[in-house]
Amino acid sequence: MIKFSETQLTEFNRLVARYPEGKQKSALLPVLHLAQDSFGGWLSSDTMDYVAELLNIKPIEVYEVATFYSMYNLKPVGKYMFEVCQTGPCMLRGSDDIIAYIGETLGIKPGETTADGLFTLKTVECLGACGYAPMMQLGKYYREHLTKEKVDSIIAECRNIAATNN
Amino acid sequence: MGVKLLLEKAHVEGIRTYEVYRREGGYRGVEKALKTMGPESIVDEVKKSGLRGRGGAGFPAGMKWSFIAKPEGVPRHLVCNADESEPGTFKDRYLMEFLPHLLIEGLIISSFALGSNDTYIYIRGEYAWIVDILEQAIDEAKANGFLGKNILGTGFNCEIHVQRGAGAYICGEETALIESLEGKRGNPRIKPPFPAIQGVWQRPTVVNNVETLAAVVPIINMGGEEYAKIGVGKSTGTKLMSACGNINKPGVYEIDMTISVEEFLYSDEYCGGIANGKRLKACIPGGSSVPILPANLLLKTAKGETRYMNYESLSDGGFATGSMMGSGGFIVLDEDQCVVKNTYTFARFYRHESCGQCSPCREGTGWMEKLLYRLEKGQGKISDIDLLWDIQRKIEGNTICPLGDAAAWPVAAAIRHFRDEFEWHITNAAEAQTRNYGLAHYADEIHVPTP
Ligand SMILES: Cc1cc2nc3c(=O)[nH]c(=O)nc-3n(C[C@H](O)[C@H](O)[C@H](O)COP(=O)(O)O)c2cc1C
Ligand code: SF4
Ligand code: FES
Repeated sequence: MIKFSETQLTEFNRLVARYPEGKQKSALLPVLHLAQDSFGGWLSSDTMDYVAELLNIKPIEVYEVATFYSMYNLKPVGKYMFEVCQTGPCMLRGSDDIIAYIGETLGIKPGETTADGLFTLKTVECLGACGYAPMMQLGKYYREHLTKEKVDSIIAECRNIAATNN
Repeated sequence: MGVKLLLEKAHVEGIRTYEVYRREGGYRGVEKALKTMGPESIVDEVKKSGLRGRGGAGFPAGMKWSFIAKPEGVPRHLVCNADESEPGTFKDRYLMEFLPHLLIEGLIISSFALGSNDTYIYIRGEYAWIVDILEQAIDEAKANGFLGKNILGTGFNCEIHVQRGAGAYICGEETALIESLEGKRGNPRIKPPFPAIQGVWQRPTVVNNVETLAAVVPIINMGGEEYAKIGVGKSTGTKLMSACGNINKPGVYEIDMTISVEEFLYSDEYCGGIANGKRLKACIPGGSSVPILPANLLLKTAKGETRYMNYESLSDGGFATGSMMGSGGFIVLDEDQCVVKNTYTFARFYRHESCGQCSPCREGTGWMEKLLYRLEKGQGKISDIDLLWDIQRKIEGNTICPLGDAAAWPVAAAIRHFRDEFEWHITNAAEAQTRNYGLAHYADEIHVPTP
């Protein structure tokens, strides 16, 4: 059953309260972020229907939005998603090599997830870190000035966290 | 050292916190504005300052504010555009990350001037950690009586809310941003009506860039006339530039708009020159959508005069030989870089970000991407170059929002100035897969015929 916990509901209510009476639909983007973070890192149709119900809007209004914005995942992703920027400024500083190196190291191509479900590699467009290129987003934070060595240590770091959490 | 109005205190230890920001003179602007000035006189000061919108279009901020409709009984809103997604641009992030209270202070003054009791910061979804920084600053400002009900006993109420986007460059366009704020897809609206008349929830709305709203603080503190004395001509005040690409010191710099491009690029105070001892090939001075310039047209105008870092000088020569200040994203290419490939990544970007409402933009961006991919891979034909030119011409000016133009201009400028590099990718297809075209003649001195 898809359902927010008490704390998640408190956050939901805080988000909705920011908009005028009757304009609760405005909270849709932040609520979808909350739902994605709360229910396994992606938005299943059950999750989207639940959000529609909570906001008292039609499911199609949620699907429209979820499919438009690139940060919403419509299928399951790995526990650690490497979102590597590939736009001009990052390309000028060697992002192609970083993307290829991550792919080789993890044995996956952009868009794929490793068999153990730990890593997803995704290429993305400019994330506003062009001066600190090459870079990627990992969860909430950016990892910048990437080198092969840095990529190795990030992968090791993720494996360590995953191992201690198991 | 040039004048610093925004980043002067960026390196003060703890400036992110209310205590330090306040100790350093913060929130004096709010006190002055709310206690000694009325909304109209604030708008007047901003008009006098000559401040131009820092989001890209450069429209005078005070004038924009004076357009806001004031129908009886209808709430008005100020929305801060922190979507910052134009490739090459990362200045708003810097400002919010290091000086959150400067933005909040600017927002309080501007909200008072416009009569906005609920002000929204729409921030790109990827800047997730900055949301925490901003919300903390908002809480601190509120705890100290600068936000909430009856601010400083003036009867003015104001709340600031931070809303995250979710990955869509188009939501930086102000009407798409408004749609997104209403919980919808980011499809730009047809104007008119303009947001100043019917914006978010059909209410009068002003959308301004982060840097524009932060600049209101020094304007109020020093007065509009004093602010206008900094800079040159219609480029008043200071400008944040985010510099990236093949330079020694990528980063965010506050410039006084009287310095030359050469000084910005080569002096140690700013970019520190081209990295790895290479030579300059080309530069996109104002974010991915403005025209790329070869080295020789960047440092000097076509008339052979020094080019300066301001709105007028950067656009000197129009699209034929000039570029634009845009959002201040300064992207530098060294002699080893490939203009075709760089242009391809931008075409891919605009295809990815097109909202799909208008056929010229939706179809044209995809077509340009395919052609550029083919050229870059050495599989192009000479006729593809003319086809690209033709497609970009058909997008420009034929769409609902300026994303179409933003997608067309980089392709047009690349072909205009680097046509021989494009041709070389076709005539020397195999070689183009193993090496780049190089500096060629792009840094050659321009010969200006004497009349
Ligand atoms: C496709 C597109 C993307 C834009 N992205 C941004 C952006 O990320 N940030 C921004 O401040 N303005 C952006 N703008 C400009 C806004 O539409 C608007 O002009 C600006 O927010 C007004 O603020 P200003 O007058 O303070 O510059 C964009 C415009 C277009 C057409
Ligand atoms: S120009 Fe492109 S992005 Fe703008 S409304 Fe048309 S299709 Fe959408
Ligand atoms: S181009 Fe990669 S962060 Fe901007």
